[in-house]
Amino acid sequence: MTAGTLVLAAPARATSARKVVSAGSVEAWLVEDHANPLVAMQFAFEGGSSQDPRGKPGVAHLLSGMLDEGAGPHDSVAFHEKLEDLAIDMHFDADRDYFTGNLKTLTKNRDEAFELLRLALHEPRLEADAMERVKGQIMAGLRREAKEPNAIARNAFAASAFPDHPYGLPQKVTLEIVPGIGRDDLHDLRKRCFARDRLKIAVVGDIDEAALLDVLDHVFSDLPARPELTPVEDRVMKGGEERKIELPVPQSVIVFGLPGLARKDPDYVPAVVMNHILGGGSFTSRLWTEVREKRGLAYSVYSSLSPFKHGPILAGATSTKNERARESISVVTGEIEALASGGVTADELDKAKKYLTGSYALRFDTSTKIARELLQAQLDDLGMEYFLRRNEEIAAVGEKDIARVSKRLLDTERMLVVVVGQPV
Amino acid sequence: MTTAGLVLAGAKGESAAEGMVAISRFRLANGLDVVVIPDHRTPVVTHMIWYRAGAADEPRGKTGIAHFLEHLMFKGTKSHPEGEFSRLVAELGGEENAFTSNDYTAYFQRVAKQHLRKMMEFEADRMRGLVLSDAVVDPEREVVLEERRMRTDSVPASQLGEAMSAAAFVNHPYGAPIIGWKPEIESLNRADALAFYQRFYAPNNAILIIAGDVEAEEVRALAEKTYGKNKPTRDLPARVRPKEPDPVAARKVVLSDQRVEQPVLQRMYLTPSYTTAKPGEAEALDILAQAMGAQSTGRLNQRLVLERKLAVSASAWYSGTALDDHLFGIYAVPAHGVTLEDLEDALDEALAEMAETGFSDAELARAKTRLMADAIYQRDSQSALARNFGAALSTGLTAEQVIEWPGLIERVPGSAVKEALHWLVKKRSVTGYLEGIAR
Repeated sequence: MTAGTLVLAAPARATSARKVVSAGSVEAWLVEDHANPLVAMQFAFEGGSSQDPRGKPGVAHLLSGMLDEGAGPHDSVAFHEKLEDLAIDMHFDADRDYFTGNLKTLTKNRDEAFELLRLALHEPRLEADAMERVKGQIMAGLRREAKEPNAIARNAFAASAFPDHPYGLPQKVTLEIVPGIGRDDLHDLRKRCFARDRLKIAVVGDIDEAALLDVLDHVFSDLPARPELTPVEDRVMKGGEERKIELPVPQSVIVFGLPGLARKDPDYVPAVVMNHILGGGSFTSRLWTEVREKRGLAYSVYSSLSPFKHGPILAGATSTKNERARESISVVTGEIEALASGGVTADELDKAKKYLTGSYALRFDTSTKIARELLQAQLDDLGMEYFLRRNEEIAAVGEKDIARVSKRLLDTERMLVVVVGQPV
Repeated sequence: MTTAGLVLAGAKGESAAEGMVAISRFRLANGLDVVVIPDHRTPVVTHMIWYRAGAADEPRGKTGIAHFLEHLMFKGTKSHPEGEFSRLVAELGGEENAFTSNDYTAYFQRVAKQHLRKMMEFEADRMRGLVLSDAVVDPEREVVLEERRMRTDSVPASQLGEAMSAAAFVNHPYGAPIIGWKPEIESLNRADALAFYQRFYAPNNAILIIAGDVEAEEVRALAEKTYGKNKPTRDLPARVRPKEPDPVAARKVVLSDQRVEQPVLQRMYLTPSYTTAKPGEAEALDILAQAMGAQSTGRLNQRLVLERKLAVSASAWYSGTALDDHLFGIYAVPAHGVTLEDLEDALDEALAEMAETGFSDAELARAKTRLMADAIYQRDSQSALARNFGAALSTGLTAEQVIEWPGLIERVPGSAVKEALHWLVKKRSVTGYLEGIAR
């Protein structure tokens, strides 16, 4: 075997994934792995916070905190005691586009774990006292973030980038709105989103196909076939401005972003390579070198692609002492412009592709990480052969592709910059 | 050179085939300790070198030098000048990073297994061959100051934590922040970094941990060819730190800041660590933290959140992996409108009740189940296992102790957990208030 094919080899544990479909037509991707006595499951329904009812942002977030607060015959205390007695990790989350669930259990407690999951999805109690408590926790979190520079910057960025759109609203509600969210709001959202049609499931670990098929039917087959989702408008992120928010902190948080690309865009893979060179996750990117290594302007600086379903972005962030915040902004802007106009060198491109292909296997070294990759590939509708194809797609990116996608994306006239602090 | 084959067993009730990972450990002639944790599920290895040197080993007046040196270790050697190592790691598709704690500093790469030898060559070279110039030291000092601004100076909760630690340790260097006090970071220089490096970075003061798709014999051969070439440091200084006296006075630290909208109550107690405790005592403290602080079922959540509705959350932690006595902590967020004083009174009542009546069998069983299950979940992650062994070995524990831990937890009697509560007396504590400024 030559070195080249070694580098491109697909992660073995992902390529052993297979699709299973239960009698009740619930589908999942499974990687069997009996090395450790545990099972990890991740699943997602379409419809996260962008399905919040009009005027009530935060319903999906509150629902994600309420599903394990009692279900079926168990009140909140009994439900949590069961989870703890059996050392089952169960949690739910709502992001912009998806409502997700995570379950991790020891093999010996598998049946109880999946039964508790079924109850949480089908028969959550959503009782008033538990709801008051979870609301209190959410509001405490909101108060903690009220003067936290990163949270302020994040929320301001979303609001400016997506005005009059669900993406522009805070995902975690606001203090004024929380008290008005009722049990009916949660039930309504649950009934609209929890359906088999847009459900994607990934399972990794100590479970065979026959056992999983039973689990899939037991947990999911009684859900309605189709969700009733409110259509969400597609948007191009709005930029072209710089917003400054005064906050008495010694360091300015700088968030910057541009319209990005949908995951299905033919230029998405070249954009991944381009972003790696600009501000991706190793100690070699241009932003890292210029902002941190050469000038000591920041501890952290990065950019990344977020292919949200209805408004993809390319965004990044850094933090610099107030006295030098302007310098950081101009270095970041300068690097984005330089990449747009000057492209990349053959050597840079070669190294970026080597990193991206070589590091792919590192995403598959724990059951939870494998489950996440299996789920994401399904949400992005990439097909199971994606795991075999992915490194070849990266390897095929050429300098011309980078030049094209840089021109498409890196237009600083369209950039949104949010600065929180006391920049001089 | 000694070799020992060890087996990392799961909790009771798992079959032998399910519940074991074979760990090997040996020592090179130059004193380097090596631990190999096989995980053949993915063709990846985690390569870590741990130095028995951390912030608590710093000379007086030089807080932050251990962490600053950790940053500067990426600046190159005579054989591999600035950036070459990181460029190589990136080109091989690897991940890398480093971290500094009170008792250790560690560096790691995660790469496809065929690149292990290269990582070992470069890391062994960096153990002895660091080259520093003011041109690279000066901007990096600014980076560290930005890191401090980001993590601490901009975050009132972190500032309170720093002030509480400083109050919790009146003499021991654990009282200083790992990143360093700002005025001392500002004066750290190249000579300080090199002095710390030369004093502590040596094969006989390090632990090599390799986890992943490798066999022990293969690692041994590679280690001898790479790290084996480094000469040991003679007269390595013993890790004797200033002694912390037995506390006699309860302390209270209040941070009032206009940036605080959500008050928080914190408490820290000086307690033995796994290294300083009598047998079974640290395990009992771990169970205590779990029984008391578990997110939903813990006793504090029951009393303060569910029953009395004075808090929205209440948790506890035990930081027992430390060379010297360390901390047990409590963290509670008051419900809206509840004062920190009222919450603190309720906390003290809950603690008094626990000291009086201990825990039910169900509470103890639940806490133990969770701790033992976490040990099994951890086996799914080679990097988590590597970190666990590294932290233990660099704080004076043995690999056997790590391996036996789930069994030791299981055998702790309920009476020992109740007994452990005697460490949580007011005079051993610092109470912290994070509060806003009334407008």
